Amino acid sequence: MAFASIYVPQFMVQAVLRTEPQLRAGALALVDGTPPLVRVIDANDSAWRAGIQMGMAKSQVAQFLGVEIRNRSQSKEAAAHAALLDLGWSVSPRMENTAADTIVLDLAGLNSLFGSDEEIAGDLSRRALSLGLATNVAAAANIEVAIHAARGFTGVTVIPDGEESRRIGVLPVHVLFPSEESLATLDRWGIKTCGDLAALPLLELSERLGQEGVRLHELARGASVRSLVLAEPSLSFREELELDTAEEELEPVSFLLGRLLDQLCARLQARAQAATAIHLRFDLGDLFEKDAEIIKRNSPPDDNQKIYRKGLTLPVAMRDSKMLLKLLRLQLQSDPPPGSIVKIILVAEPSRRRAAQSGLFVPSSPDPEKLELTVARLAKLVGSANVGSPELVDTHRPGEFRMSRFRPPANEEPPRRKSKNGTELAIVEPAANEPPSRRSSVGFRMFRPRLPATIELHDGVPSRFFFRGVYGSVIAASGPWRTSGDWWREDFWLQDEWDIEVWVNSPSARIIHTRNSFSALDSNPQQQTAAPSGTYCIYFDVTAQSWFVRGMYD
Amino acid sequence: MAAKISALRSQVEQALAGRVSAPFTYRDRNVFPTVATGIPEIDALTGGLPRGALTEIFGPACSGGTSFLFSALGARTGHDEACALIDGSDTFDPCSAAAAGVDLKKLLWVRCHSIEQTLRATDLLLQSGGFGFIAVDVSDISPKLVRHVPLDSWFRFRRAVEDTPTILLLLSRESNAKTCASLVLQLQGHAVHWRKPGRAADSSSGANTRANSYVGDERHSPAWLLEGLEARAEVLRSRMQPPAVESLAHHKVLPLKVSRNAGREAGAIFKTKTNWDSLGIASAENKSK
Repeated sequence: MAFASIYVPQFMVQAVLRTEPQLRAGALALVDGTPPLVRVIDANDSAWRAGIQMGMAKSQVAQFLGVEIRNRSQSKEAAAHAALLDLGWSVSPRMENTAADTIVLDLAGLNSLFGSDEEIAGDLSRRALSLGLATNVAAAANIEVAIHAARGFTGVTVIPDGEESRRIGVLPVHVLFPSEESLATLDRWGIKTCGDLAALPLLELSERLGQEGVRLHELARGASVRSLVLAEPSLSFREELELDTAEEELEPVSFLLGRLLDQLCARLQARAQAATAIHLRFDLGDLFEKDAEIIKRNSPPDDNQKIYRKGLTLPVAMRDSKMLLKLLRLQLQSDPPPGSIVKIILVAEPSRRRAAQSGLFVPSSPDPEKLELTVARLAKLVGSANVGSPELVDTHRPGEFRMSRFRPPANEEPPRRKSKNGTELAIVEPAANEPPSRRSSVGFRMFRPRLPATIELHDGVPSRFFFRGVYGSVIAASGPWRTSGDWWREDFWLQDEWDIEVWVNSPSARIIHTRNSFSALDSNPQQQTAAPSGTYCIYFDVTAQSWFVRGMYD
Repeated sequence: MAAKISALRSQVEQALAGRVSAPFTYRDRNVFPTVATGIPEIDALTGGLPRGALTEIFGPACSGGTSFLFSALGARTGHDEACALIDGSDTFDPCSAAAAGVDLKKLLWVRCHSIEQTLRATDLLLQSGGFGFIAVDVSDISPKLVRHVPLDSWFRFRRAVEDTPTILLLLSRESNAKTCASLVLQLQGHAVHWRKPGRAADSSSGANTRANSYVGDERHSPAWLLEGLEARAEVLRSRMQPPAVESLAHHKVLPLKVSRNAGREAGAIFKTKTNWDSLGIASAENKSK
């Protein structure tokens, strides 16, 4: 049985570097505390080399040229820890969440999948880099040895069975995490390494350091045996970013969103998942003046006003960070946040990625990812209420419908039938010259909004028709067909509907009808063979006591 | 050298046998696979709607353009193809479309309110790809505005659908796409049919027809029902040529009997019918769920 321990050195610094990778090349000092007592709590190697010291005041660090200062961020550390857990679960379901910067994996049974222990350790190190974490990985037959080796050795370390004591003997004693008192005692004795500690007689050590001495001796010999405390697997994908200064422009926020989405998608990929929905939340600082006034007028002040939320529901699970960023940007541009942004939270709803195999004889269908982007762009162009699939509603109210999300037809193979010799044949599309099963219906064009008209009646039947600057004689009329409904609502309807055929007064006229203009244009009578008539649906709105044109038959 | 080339050529042909019929044969760009429009008279006249090409249908109001559009949409959605309608002036009526057999779930409807929106939406959908049928309806936009659309826009649309299985249909009041359209069809209203209730739908005794020649002032009884419209279609331009071989796909390519110059002579009259049964379609569909 073998175990692999993954340790993230300088965890707090790496959590910050994960969200700001451009700082990796330079010196970075991490500060924490309540002003004015803000002091250095960690730094990267470049900063140490530059002379930064632990506990140094922030004002002192500011004197160093080229040293970046960042506040400690617990949200970034939580996200980095979640990424570390995802890394572990991407390889083994049996994992111990040892500490914020350390996990231990059970490698039993993984050799047939991922190769030898060395290969697995190397693979883990590479995967960690793709998640934005530089790690030390150590594999050993003993859990504690693996943990201590990961904390003590840089890079990938594999300790063969039986060599635990010798290999960890060179490590300093502090990797065993003794208490400060015991560490001071050992230091006074001149015990610097685990090997020195393991060489001490156990009885005398226990007389001086008590049970902790026995524990440290066991650890130093690599003889401590315990079971793995398994962590409960969870599928939670959340990334946060607190901004040092409030941001008002969308462009720099988009840049930060891109980084967060990159991390989120890398984590989803590590768990073989994809996102079906992305929830975006901005914590807002000061509201913009005009928006604040509008909000103040509409509702009393509330903390929720300083939170801006956006949801992105995807038709198929996807984890393309660039595509998701485009979709989010389109949403933000159409409805920008009403104030400056101080914190960004992104949460992904995970799902298994779709596995679809399109058939050769299946009609082509838009790529769902591209389609989602196209629909979002169309929604930005014409408004989100003006794009989608029309859906009929359960009512007799004329022209009633609602818009629903467009979902392209599923890529499924067409049904097959058996031929005479038993082979399967696809049912193919009828050729162009095959007649359809029924006669085509009359098309109807609806005018939105309804257009007012002036109608002259003769014995209760429309006889003349005035509409958008043109007039004509009604030569055929069918009606009235009274419809009514929703009498219990304020917007009930009561209409007398007519189908009319109109003859434009000039026989050689050609009707050019548009929504905004309706005119009979004279044209060359020799070339003109079109019927100068039109068939319309008009109605008398009893509640408004007016005539309107609903549309025309075309 | 020639023998080597010949051997190599035959080797490639053998390797692709069954998948590509003639890999070294020049493919004529004027050969389009066509699909049914849903109106047999139009199919017989034109051979169907060409894929990978721009088709323009134009005609005055009440000339059957919308009926044609609904038939084509019904046929395409009936074959599980994703369709898109860019509605230039928001006049599409989902109820009558559903009654005409359009599967609304497979239709992406973009409700535009200007010619600029219409052209931009068309660009976006053509770039997206994957749609079997894209219809651009600019019928109710002022012809003056549509006339000012630069020809290169239509040319760009035509190039965007080339070598794709997408049918691009432009519906307008006047011909605008000019030479960019591979098939131009002119529609004209021919007659309006009215039916007296209680009589057979198509019986000559019960139906009354008002054709172009009608100039009288006879009035119908208000009790009559609108039976349907009759429209005349003419091919003004067709670039489609009879193919050398039939397509390997399921879409059959039909030879056309009309040529570019014979367009005026080639006409067809098709009828559409009012679907009175569809009055309660929404309620029935929803309740059945």
